[in-house]
Amino acid sequence: MKIAGYSYQIFITCFLIQIFFSRDWMMLSIRTSLFAIIPVIASLIVLYRGETIKHISGKVIISLMITSGFFATLGSVHENSKNISWGIWIYVLSLLILAWQVMGYWSKIDTTYNKKIAITINLLVPVMFGGLLLFLWEMLTVGFQVPQVLLPPPSMIGVAIMNSLEMLWADFQQTFLKAVFAGFFFGCFLGFSVAILVEKVPFLQRGLLPLGNLASALPIVGVAPIMVMWFGFDWHSKAAVVILMTFFPMLVNTLTGLRSTERMELDMMHSYAANYWQMLFKVRLPNALPFIFNALKINSTLALIGAIVAEFFGTPIVGMGFRISTEIGRMNVDVVWASIAVAALSGSFFYALLALIERQITGWHPSFRAS
Amino acid sequence: MSSNFPVVDAKKVDLVFQTADTPIHALSEIDLEIKKGDFVSLIGPSGCGKTTLMRVIADLEKPTGGEIKVNGMSPEEARLKRAYGYVFQAPVLYPWRTVEGNLKLPLEIMGIGKIEQIKRAKDALAMVDLLGFEKKFPWQLSGGMQQRVSIARALTFNPDLLLMDEPFGALDEIVRDQLNEHFHNLWEQTQKTVVFVTHSIPEAAYLSTKIVVMSPRPGKIIDIISSPLPDKRTLEMRDTQEFLELSQRIRVGLRGGKSYD
Amino acid sequence: MINRILNSSFFSILTVLIFLTVFWYGASVHLNSDVLIDKYERKKVEWDFSKLVNDSWSMKRPIMPAPHQIFFDMKKSIFDQKITSKRSLVYHSWVTISSTLVGFAMGSFLGILLAVGIVHVPTLNKSVLPWIIASQTIPILALAPMIIVVLGAFGITGLLPKAIISAYLCFFPIAIGMVKGLRSPDLMHLDLMKTYNATKTQIFWKLRRPASVPFLFASFKVSIAISLVGAIVGELPAGARAGLGARLLTGSYYGQTVQIWSALLVASLLAGMLVFLMTFLESSVKKRMGSEI
Repeated sequence: MKIAGYSYQIFITCFLIQIFFSRDWMMLSIRTSLFAIIPVIASLIVLYRGETIKHISGKVIISLMITSGFFATLGSVHENSKNISWGIWIYVLSLLILAWQVMGYWSKIDTTYNKKIAITINLLVPVMFGGLLLFLWEMLTVGFQVPQVLLPPPSMIGVAIMNSLEMLWADFQQTFLKAVFAGFFFGCFLGFSVAILVEKVPFLQRGLLPLGNLASALPIVGVAPIMVMWFGFDWHSKAAVVILMTFFPMLVNTLTGLRSTERMELDMMHSYAANYWQMLFKVRLPNALPFIFNALKINSTLALIGAIVAEFFGTPIVGMGFRISTEIGRMNVDVVWASIAVAALSGSFFYALLALIERQITGWHPSFRAS
Repeated sequence: MSSNFPVVDAKKVDLVFQTADTPIHALSEIDLEIKKGDFVSLIGPSGCGKTTLMRVIADLEKPTGGEIKVNGMSPEEARLKRAYGYVFQAPVLYPWRTVEGNLKLPLEIMGIGKIEQIKRAKDALAMVDLLGFEKKFPWQLSGGMQQRVSIARALTFNPDLLLMDEPFGALDEIVRDQLNEHFHNLWEQTQKTVVFVTHSIPEAAYLSTKIVVMSPRPGKIIDIISSPLPDKRTLEMRDTQEFLELSQRIRVGLRGGKSYD
Repeated sequence: MINRILNSSFFSILTVLIFLTVFWYGASVHLNSDVLIDKYERKKVEWDFSKLVNDSWSMKRPIMPAPHQIFFDMKKSIFDQKITSKRSLVYHSWVTISSTLVGFAMGSFLGILLAVGIVHVPTLNKSVLPWIIASQTIPILALAPMIIVVLGAFGITGLLPKAIISAYLCFFPIAIGMVKGLRSPDLMHLDLMKTYNATKTQIFWKLRRPASVPFLFASFKVSIAISLVGAIVGELPAGARAGLGARLLTGSYYGQTVQIWSALLVASLLAGMLVFLMTFLESSVKKRMGSEI
């Protein structure tokens, strides 16, 4: 019975304390009190029948029962955030300890031998944690009536997203589908081509590699005002910034990748009397692929950053960066958060897409073999 | 430790690893008794469980069946009492510590005084003939020297039992011969009990008082040979009739193991 | 001898740099020529190619300034001003660099702390680490203006908001690098520690911490550079009057291209210096730890 720590006892004690001294929040509706009591029942079950949580189904049921406590407190805090009794905070705190404990069970499941379970757990636990953070964010901002300017609750951000879908879509089109895509593809293509050309001239290679490496440390995004001057307010100037930002990582990674082919592999091709292009396409480029994908993934994030920051320097009245900088000026923080959420989602989808393609194409590479 | 007990006493030790598809029977019904002062080699093809058996003795793996005692205690108790020194196939030296720093590492962990640490490090280094290399970093030494440092490190806290997992396996034949001779002399002087995993027949025959031949799937002991050679050995002895017969017997044992496949 | 010079990477870099400079002068003429020719024709001035070249390298508000113009502007704003003056680039650089460094220190401290937690607490590992890795795929720099404005609304201005941006930008890569580093000791090293019956604390201080040093420095080099970017972007939202970011912004408001370029070049020099400093620190620490290089 080492599995259950003291979190259950703590939770039940806290529950009893607040029910005697400060239970108003629970009394708002029958549903609230019901939902608030279910985690207590779950704790009692685990305390008296510890083996319940040894099975997956038991874990699921206990986790779900504890989740109902979150809904109880959320419902109550939204109902009446002004005169909320202090008991709710004791309840929330002990519930969090409980939830942490439950997440612990899920994390400690031995996943070495079952790939499906491993994937499920590795998704489930972070999602639970994310949910916990969102809950805490909502609870604290609503419960303590944090000014919306400082931090709006997630529910408000959700509403903002729903209310301004059209605008967000237009921003997405402007920034992502135009500036980021154009800049990303052109920048990567340019970096790749220059790498292939330069690779034939060792002299230039020696000169460009250190400079390219240095470029990754430079605040290239600062060229944005210049690009805006040169190419105007529309997406072309943003694409230009993105091209500059994505060029060097691609150049450096492709060059390193092309040089990563081992002497022996080249000697073998040499013994087949292979010509330059055969060597390039059959040996060197496949060897460079992991490096190239690495650059693509780095660039996916850089491109989005470049486009958004460049929009801080002036745009037509559309675009994610424009939205963020103007709405924050009007103190519409919920719209800003909505824009950031869209940027975050598009960034991670873009990255995930590249990672997926990488897995398809370079699945042979040792880094993909299960350890 | 009291010498009434055998140093290692394994009775019907079983070890099954759970894996994704089928369980792997790494050790099956291992019976083995090692007496104080023995030099025991475990020899067999890869996958026969010789390293696993040693890891069980060292409490790095837990057996799933049977019983094993080290100095009359469970392996865990023996480990907590720091009853053995372990030498791995690779030197496993800490690149950020000098030779002396590496030798002091176990002593620091065991909470031995600073002055004593330096003295013991020096003694151990003398035993492997590396005096004067205290301040060198591992990368400044050759592979053979690094492995000698690693042996010296196992000697610093003076354990009665040395567990060695193919310590010379990564070295070339010439260095290996030198180290074998050197290590044999060291064993003669110190009278330590040694368990030694190898897959080299000459090495096992040259060093051991007892040779345990193992076979894979499931890992088990098929022959235990007591060496007919005298305790004092030289490299030249390897050309004697006795030595060749011993090697022959090991080889036959190994081949016999194979035929069970 | 000559071959050795020709093959040295210094010479290669120099050649590439010279080529870039020549290209830059050419581009300056090309980009500025439209405006100039337009002007000549309006004022009906006689012009030839050499006049065009000369004029395009000395315009007051060029589309593309020539390198020497930027160089003289930098000299003017670095050496010919008191370093406390608002016109001095040293002053603006100091404003930016101080928040860069403060943010870097805060982010590193928190990142290392979290990494230690992740390595030792399985629940933290499973729940937090995936989010930290995912954070690398999203443009968190976009939060910068909000932090500045929101904190500004509550009266917090100056160094701290910018340092917070730098801190959270550094935090994630440092946490990831440090987790990797603390986990870098292989199984044999950990087994060895187990045979010594070492405690978790001993394993941490004697094995994990020293093993993590190379990884930590790799993260440091990346982080200090993005920390600088964070500080510069933090100076963009209206209100900041000092710092390289503010210089960029005012330059773009008033069409002062030379000013933008010199601020940009100074920012690049600073970035180079910071990374160089880190590399220097890394090699001296590694040397003390007995590394080969």
